[in-house]
Formats: sequence, C-alpha cells, structure tokens
Amino acid sequence: MYNAKAVILGIVIFVAIFSSPFWTSWIGKDYTNTGVVLPTNEKTCIEDTEFMRANHMRLLNEWRDQALREENREYVSALTGKKFAISLQNTCMKCHNNYAEFCEKCHVANSVYPYCWTCHIIPTEGK
Amino acid sequence: MKTSRRHFLKIAGFSAMALASGLAAAGAAEAQIAPGRYVKRDGMLTAKRWAMVIDTRRFRTEADYAPCIEACQKAHNIPDIHDDRNVKWIWTDTFEHVFPDEMNAHLNTATRSKPYLLLCNHCTNPPCVRVCPTQATYKMEDGIVAMDYHRCIGCRFCMAGCPYGARSFNFVDPRNYLSNPVPNPDFPTRMIGVVEKCNFCVERLAEGKLPACVEAARGAILFGDLEDPNSNVRQALAARFSIRRKPSLGTQPGVYYLI
Repeated sequence: MYNAKAVILGIVIFVAIFSSPFWTSWIGKDYTNTGVVLPTNEKTCIEDTEFMRANHMRLLNEWRDQALREENREYVSALTGKKFAISLQNTCMKCHNNYAEFCEKCHVANSVYPYCWTCHIIPTEGK
Repeated sequence: MKTSRRHFLKIAGFSAMALASGLAAAGAAEAQIAPGRYVKRDGMLTAKRWAMVIDTRRFRTEADYAPCIEACQKAHNIPDIHDDRNVKWIWTDTFEHVFPDEMNAHLNTATRSKPYLLLCNHCTNPPCVRVCPTQATYKMEDGIVAMDYHRCIGCRFCMAGCPYGARSFNFVDPRNYLSNPVPNPDFPTRMIGVVEKCNFCVERLAEGKLPACVEAARGAILFGDLEDPNSNVRQALAARFSIRRKPSLGTQPGVYYLI
C-alpha cells in the first residue's frame, strides 16, 4: 500500500474519534433519572403519574382551549373525582412550586425549552 | 392491462373505505386527551350577550375615571409606558375623537369638553376576529371578544382592523415596566410581540365577580345581559338617551354611553 503508515494511522484516529460517544460513555456514570423532586404536600397529581409524565403538555394545551374558548374552567379528575380550577399558575404551580427542582430538571435533561414563563408567573419567583 | 368495470368499481370502493377510515383515525386523534371531565365553574356570571353602559353624566374629569382605569391596570398587570408604545385596555379621550360621527357644529359645551372612557367595544361583528389569521382573537357565545395570547403571532392585522384603536402591540417586554412582584400575581402578563386588549374581565366573571372597572365605578358603569329585557343595562338604555361609537360602521359595539 502506498504511504501505508500514514493511512493506517489516519484510519485508527478516525475510528477512535468516530466511536468516541460509545467509549466515553463507559468512563462516565450511567444515566438513571433526571433528579426531579416531587412535591410533598399532595400524594397524587390530578391524574396518575404515568399519564402526567407522558401527556402534561398536551393536557395543558387542552386545558387552555377548554378554559379560554369553551368557558369550561374546572377539571374533574378521573383518578380521584376531585375538581380542579384550570390554571397553570394558580393550580399546577401551587403544588409544583419549586420550578428549578421540578420543571427545569426534566426540561433541561430533555433539551426542551418551553416559554411558559414569559407570560405566566412562577408564584415563588416573582416576575 | 385490461380493467373491467367491475374490477375498477371494486378498487374505487376499497380506496374510498381506506380514505374514510384514515379520516376517522385523524378525527379520533383530535379527541380529548385528558381522562377526566371538563365542567363550568359554579357561581360564574353568565349572559346571552354581555354589554356595558357608561353613564357619562357621572364622570366630569379625568380624575373621575382614574379609579376605573387604575383597577383595570392592577387586575391585568398592564404596564405603564409613557410614550407611543403604551399599552391600552381602558383609557380616555375627547368627545370629537370618541364620537366623530356625532360632531354637530355647535354642540353644548358640557358634552363636548369633557373626557370619555374608552375600551374594547366587544362588537357583535368584530372586524379584528375576521382578520386574525390564527384565530388568536375569537368571539365567545356570550358576546365577549377574547384573545388567546398563545396563538398570537403579532401580525397586527387586528390593530388595523379595529376602528376603535382598542388594541395595543407589545413593542417591548411589558415586564420591564411592571413592579416586581406584579400587581396581580394570579393573572399572567403578556410578552413582547403580542397584541392585547380589554377582555371584559372574563376571568373575573368566571369567579362570579363584575369587571374591575365596573366595581371601581360604584354604579356609574353598568354591566349586564343585553338580551334580557329586565337586566340593569336594558332598563338604563330604555330610560335614557344613549350613543355608541361609530355606529355607521355596522360593528354593533357592546359599550353604550348614556349622554
């Protein structure tokens, strides 16, 4: 092979860099969870955890349309039968009052950056 | 390939069925996500057509209107910007600006010289709703012209469409001009790049309360159901002469001025 030494060295370096995500992950620690801190003052959210985890953003969209356009401003939970006022600021954030340890932990880990708080107000943090 | 009529009809039938089931699936995907139920709030104020009647004889100066304006600004976290980027939900102006159709050459001095209270007219035929490309502005069944700021793209067609100047654009982040914490922490602010306007205090009506300006006016502004002949607004309109802003445009404003 013409210039074999340089070519083989080049291939080795290329493979090493190309596969770096795999072997660096052996060095680093395993991903387990996002470290979300759940509120302690209530046992359940408005629906079960699995549903909330997967669908909270779609639920919030639906809440918005129901409250603003249909004037349905209360939600009756299928889980507990309790009534909740439809409000991100005044219902959700009353329990989930630690923005940095709850919302942000998961959103940052998943690289999603919703802009709720340009208008809505985080109760404990002021504007 | 030779296709018989029978074969063609078979394929067309199956295709139509597949298309219809696809549409049904798309429709099902739009169905409710939450497993619970949505209900109206107990004790909320309802009407067939909300309307406001402002008794202009009970207001003489800017100072008379000040409590109403202040109550609104506090309830809705409206920023106080003292230049042409100002955000207006409720404000005052002179007779010739408010009622340009009513300008007789020699109008009586008292009527002509005092200020008048202005807000969104919540029209029966709202031009702002017609021009909104995203349905961020919409008319509710009770006559209130409401806004969903999530959907507003800031195109300002509604500002061009509104003949009453009742809409304001957020040229800057309104939070720069609000106290911290905001005057009403239970109500959101708006963000840069959206249009906003008076919402007839729809969030207060849902709680069984009258609009903030009506409450602050202590009887000088009436608020009620225009479709109910026994309501306070209908009785006031039956008893006194009233005018509306720019009636010739056919928008049918929901704000009446007793003269």
